[in-house]
Amino acid sequence: MNYTNCGDFKTSYKKDTEIYQSLFSKISIYSFLVFLFILPFFIDDYFLYLLNIIMIAIIGAVGLNILTGITGLISLGQGAFVGVGAYAAGYISNKFGLNFILVIPIAGFITALVGMVFGIPSLRLKGLYLSIATLAAQFILEFVFIRAESITGGVTGLSLDYANFFNIHLDNDFKFYFFALLLTIILVTAAKNIVRTKIGRAFLSIRDNYIAAEAMGINIFQYKILSFGISSFYAGVAGAMWAYYVTIITPEHFTIGVSIQYLSMIIIGGLGKILGSIFGAIFITILPEILRFVADQFTSNFPFLTQAFASIREAAFGIVIILFLLFEPEGIVRRWNLIKAYFKLWPFSY
Amino acid sequence: MEFFIQILVAGVVIGSIYAIVALGFTLIYKSTGVVNFAQGELLLVGAYICLQLTVEYKLNFVISFFVTLLFMFIFGFLVEKIFLRKMIGEPIISIIMLTIGLSSVFKSLVQLIWGTDTKTFPQIFSEEPVEIGNITISYVYIFSIISVAVFLIIFSVFFKKTKVGIAMRAVASDQQAALSMGIDVKRIFALSWAIAAVVSSVGGILIGNINGINTSLSQFGLKVFPVVILGGLDSILGAIVGGLIIGILENIAGGYIDPIIGGGAKDVFPFIFMIVILMIKPYGLFGTVEVEKV
Repeated sequence: MNYTNCGDFKTSYKKDTEIYQSLFSKISIYSFLVFLFILPFFIDDYFLYLLNIIMIAIIGAVGLNILTGITGLISLGQGAFVGVGAYAAGYISNKFGLNFILVIPIAGFITALVGMVFGIPSLRLKGLYLSIATLAAQFILEFVFIRAESITGGVTGLSLDYANFFNIHLDNDFKFYFFALLLTIILVTAAKNIVRTKIGRAFLSIRDNYIAAEAMGINIFQYKILSFGISSFYAGVAGAMWAYYVTIITPEHFTIGVSIQYLSMIIIGGLGKILGSIFGAIFITILPEILRFVADQFTSNFPFLTQAFASIREAAFGIVIILFLLFEPEGIVRRWNLIKAYFKLWPFSY
Repeated sequence: MEFFIQILVAGVVIGSIYAIVALGFTLIYKSTGVVNFAQGELLLVGAYICLQLTVEYKLNFVISFFVTLLFMFIFGFLVEKIFLRKMIGEPIISIIMLTIGLSSVFKSLVQLIWGTDTKTFPQIFSEEPVEIGNITISYVYIFSIISVAVFLIIFSVFFKKTKVGIAMRAVASDQQAALSMGIDVKRIFALSWAIAAVVSSVGGILIGNINGINTSLSQFGLKVFPVVILGGLDSILGAIVGGLIIGILENIAGGYIDPIIGGGAKDVFPFIFMIVILMIKPYGLFGTVEVEKV
């Protein structure tokens, strides 16, 4: 539901699809971006670390939302695709010594290719059968991460150097932040634009009714594969960023649990909404930190909580997802729109 | 050759346990249209309850087995009533996510209560294996196969002969029609969850007797996917056949391929096989081909 101002009429289709619905939203978005660029000068490393992993999560979640929320293909393999990106980045940068500015897009394209290969079953499979096929992709890729030791380093992992941007080494949270922020802005803007072009409309029509879409002349298979490709590209970039951020890549970061986290991000945030993926990524990334904070308050009195913390965190994660699904099935983005609508008319709502 | 037969026997045992867990999954999918990602956790809860009863409360294994089944029946019933009932009519992805959420809650509750160490059932069956020809089979294996077979027979009779069973099949084939024939669809939904919880706890208890119990048992829930997809999501026969095929294949991969590449093939091979089959038969071996209209 879009709430617009009284008297704000859309007189053309082009106007309706504009990103900035009003001058006010344009100003507020730009000033928010400026704020994001100034922010790191005032916060400590812990918050920078949080922001960095949030941005990596945002990129992965936006990618998954294009595939699952917009094209309607449920994927349980996003975590593995993030892994492909990370390993591709690590391998290329170690083997060929390329600069990270080249490595990240290359890793993205490699992941896109892998994603398209695993998207091929969508030629024949639909719905649940397809999502289980992506689950298979998850397990097969995890197997490859552990077994293909010559490329991935197996269980011990693969290490690489910090990214080098014209002799500035992105070796701390502060420097990495600006790079991550820039990349996130570019990719989120790109996603927003993909959705409102021909490709995005084709994706939406496949989600809503694929038979009708096919009857209208949309090549379903081609677009499904494209959706897998775009989604995996985002996952790959997220993985490559992760690789440059932690500089050691081990297979346990790309398990089915990660895929489920990405899925919960887009569902809690809001399916099919780019803004939703951002909210979801923030929420799911911060949730364990909040729980850790709460647990820390209690551990002095109840020491057994430290041991049980992993289980409690897991349980809380599950409970939050369940509560969201039961009480706010459309996600945070709907709540956000309601709040916005409230203040738009505040204090004289009609 | 002997090695092969040993593998085959182990495969049939594991396969039959897969089959019974998959039966629960199929039951839920067939009558309520829900894809249950918490199947493995139902299995886990059942196994731990039975363990608790036998080890802590010193009950006879047979008694604790049936008490567990009763408990799981109520448990499944409540899960449907409290959580799944509210999700009727929601998009499939939300329901999937709900069951994923449930699975992580159950799993961590089990961890909180019983810890993460592997626990074993007290010795119930004689350790001395039976020798048939020159193949040795342990009693646990024989017990597993027999009890799975018994349960499968009970269920096929239940679905064919009893009123409730026929009502469940009716709901599965057409909810609207079933409703207009006076069948209480909501009760059938709850009942399918209850039965699914019961059958997966049977699987859990059996596998617990073979390998011991820890929280990684919930992996079974994911292993069930190749089984049900291979057999066809909504086919009970498919669940059984798929279970046996995947169980045997997995053990063959574990026995012959793992030594060459150094482990891991056992877990990934069923999924590769599943994809290959799906490319040939997109609705699995026995699944209903959906006819869709605009």
